[in-house]
Amino acid sequence: MTATLFFVQALNGLQFGLILFLIAAGLTLVFGVMDFINLAHGVQYMVGAYLVAAFSTWTGSFGWALLLALPSALAFGLLLEALVFRHLYDRDHLDQVLATFGVILFLNQGVKFVWGAAPLSVPVPELLSGSVEIANGLLYPVYRLAIIAAGLVIAALLYVLVNHTRVGMLVRAGASNAAMVSALGVNIQRLFMVVFGFGAMLAGFAGAMVAPILSVEPGMGDNILILAFVVIVIGGIGSIRGAFLAALLIGLVDTVGRSFAPNLLRLVLDPAAASQTGRAIAPMLIYIFMAAVLFFRPSGLFPVKR
Amino acid sequence: MNATIKTLGLAAAVTLTAAPAMAQEKLKVGLLLTLSGPSAVLGQHARDGFQLAMKDLGGKLGGRDVEVIVVDDELKPDVAVTKVKGLIERDKVDFVVGPIFSNVAVATHKPIVDSKTFYISVNAGPSNLAGKSCNPYFFATSYQNDQNHEVLGKVAQDRGYKKVYLLAPNYQAGKDALAGFKRHYKGEIVEESYTPLNTLDFQSELAKIASMQPDAIFTFMPGGMGVNLVKQYRAAGLADRIPFLSAFTVDETNLPAQQDAAIGMLSGSNWAPNMDTPENKKFVAAYEAAYNTVPASYAMHSYDAALLIDAALKATGGKTDNKDAVRAAIQKAEFKSLRGDFKFGANGFPVQDFYLVKAAKRSDGKLQTEIAEKVFDNYADAYAKECAPTN
Repeated sequence: MTATLFFVQALNGLQFGLILFLIAAGLTLVFGVMDFINLAHGVQYMVGAYLVAAFSTWTGSFGWALLLALPSALAFGLLLEALVFRHLYDRDHLDQVLATFGVILFLNQGVKFVWGAAPLSVPVPELLSGSVEIANGLLYPVYRLAIIAAGLVIAALLYVLVNHTRVGMLVRAGASNAAMVSALGVNIQRLFMVVFGFGAMLAGFAGAMVAPILSVEPGMGDNILILAFVVIVIGGIGSIRGAFLAALLIGLVDTVGRSFAPNLLRLVLDPAAASQTGRAIAPMLIYIFMAAVLFFRPSGLFPVKR
Repeated sequence: MNATIKTLGLAAAVTLTAAPAMAQEKLKVGLLLTLSGPSAVLGQHARDGFQLAMKDLGGKLGGRDVEVIVVDDELKPDVAVTKVKGLIERDKVDFVVGPIFSNVAVATHKPIVDSKTFYISVNAGPSNLAGKSCNPYFFATSYQNDQNHEVLGKVAQDRGYKKVYLLAPNYQAGKDALAGFKRHYKGEIVEESYTPLNTLDFQSELAKIASMQPDAIFTFMPGGMGVNLVKQYRAAGLADRIPFLSAFTVDETNLPAQQDAAIGMLSGSNWAPNMDTPENKKFVAAYEAAYNTVPASYAMHSYDAALLIDAALKATGGKTDNKDAVRAAIQKAEFKSLRGDFKFGANGFPVQDFYLVKAAKRSDGKLQTEIAEKVFDNYADAYAKECAPTN
């Protein structure tokens, strides 16, 4: 039983990690390429979830909702870029943090104004609503497997895009030395816009994918934003590859740790103390992990060469 | 977010017909509720319940015109204390009605009762305010926090469940919930699992539950956490195999989002929208017509709070200056509660019936909780005896 339970928890960790990756990918690009701290990235995840909720009530189908939500999330990201973020690129980090924090407050209140404070629900698409029996009595929802598949596909696409296309090359170059790229005659303003819009769309996609399994509510992006920052710091700021690996590691450490920390401690402590300490330690695990990684690799697992 | 709401119907009717000579000063009631953040919907139910009562009472309490001042505590005790001081010192309110959350209740208790203002809770019932720190200026139209959990513990015990899995968020109310459950449940607890507050993905806990195969699970997951847990519990195929007992998790604030996933899940409450009294039927219908959603118990408690104030002031002839007379009138609770039997214990908390309720779909497609069976009759809370009658 423990082996299957471990397998299921690993799947959960993988799924959580891939969602984190979708958010962190945009964040690490924006931070790495533009040296811009965007606290409002988590809100874009929330907006993606709200868009899919709104479109799925309107069209009655999750597939259509997703198709409509992606360009809308992209448009929304570009709108924010043009209205707010563009004016902040040359400011220092504190200004960026303050302004993007303001955007968080504004949008959290905004969605509440439009959709109300009560959590919204998005039905799981009919096609993916069943579950597979992994072992005796252990069911795993098909939709979560679909999230894993979608996450892996996006990761592969990103890999091709960043490593084997011209835009990807410019993005990588921008991450290493933006001023030099600009001096070579590349419209860095436009590159920034593309990166930004793309990052917003990825976050929106993550939000749209989790909408059927989580509740869509104001502020849902705030907690995940902290984890996304942990991911990009561990992965190395600006590195997609680092973000991917770090996201999976965080997903696994968090899920498996939460589930097995008390059991492991039980080997050395008496049961009551073990469950007490276990539940105290489990939420800390990812931060302990981050501290350990940074101790040995201060600029993350895959630092971008400068 | 200070909103002053002039109560309805007072404008035209009163000024035209009533003689200005008998104009009494307006009664002021401060509503202290959580109206922003993820839990805002709870405060909205309470606010709407109170305002519906004001409408039904013709905009008057005990024959006096009323000014209702709504403030948002933002679920932050420090913010709440500042706003409460505003209500007491600037607005000079006669009653404070609210709050939803116990941490807000504990923080604001002292400033309110010290100023000899009556504090009527419409949800929060922390154990210390029911027990050692009970106060003659504090009343609750709701319950003591543990009681809804005790209902499920009793049900689990009576149904002979041998192994129960407990799941709660890792904060004070979560621990209190599990303690409340254990008051009447004597079987084996296979696991007491605490998740970080605001966890939204329970997949790893669900895998654990599926592998441990308990006879039932008990959980306390208010707000968005409850929406997710219920949907994921159903999706994991557990809902039909392992009974889901909960409190403040499957209720009318969460049901619109949980939808069919919640049907059949059990919960504990002192009331349900389908309760069969004429007053309650009228209340539920009026609430739905006005706010387009099925009321939750928060709305009922605060509707009752308005009725309570109205009845008390009728007994004192609308006067509030003799505090002892007002208190005696409140203590008598001479109003028809929407939940049926209602009286106050010596600690200012209700002595009332508790029910096992079950989520169900109505014929119009909306979801609500419905009474399955009565679990406790005229039930007082466990802390009442710690309340010294002298203070």
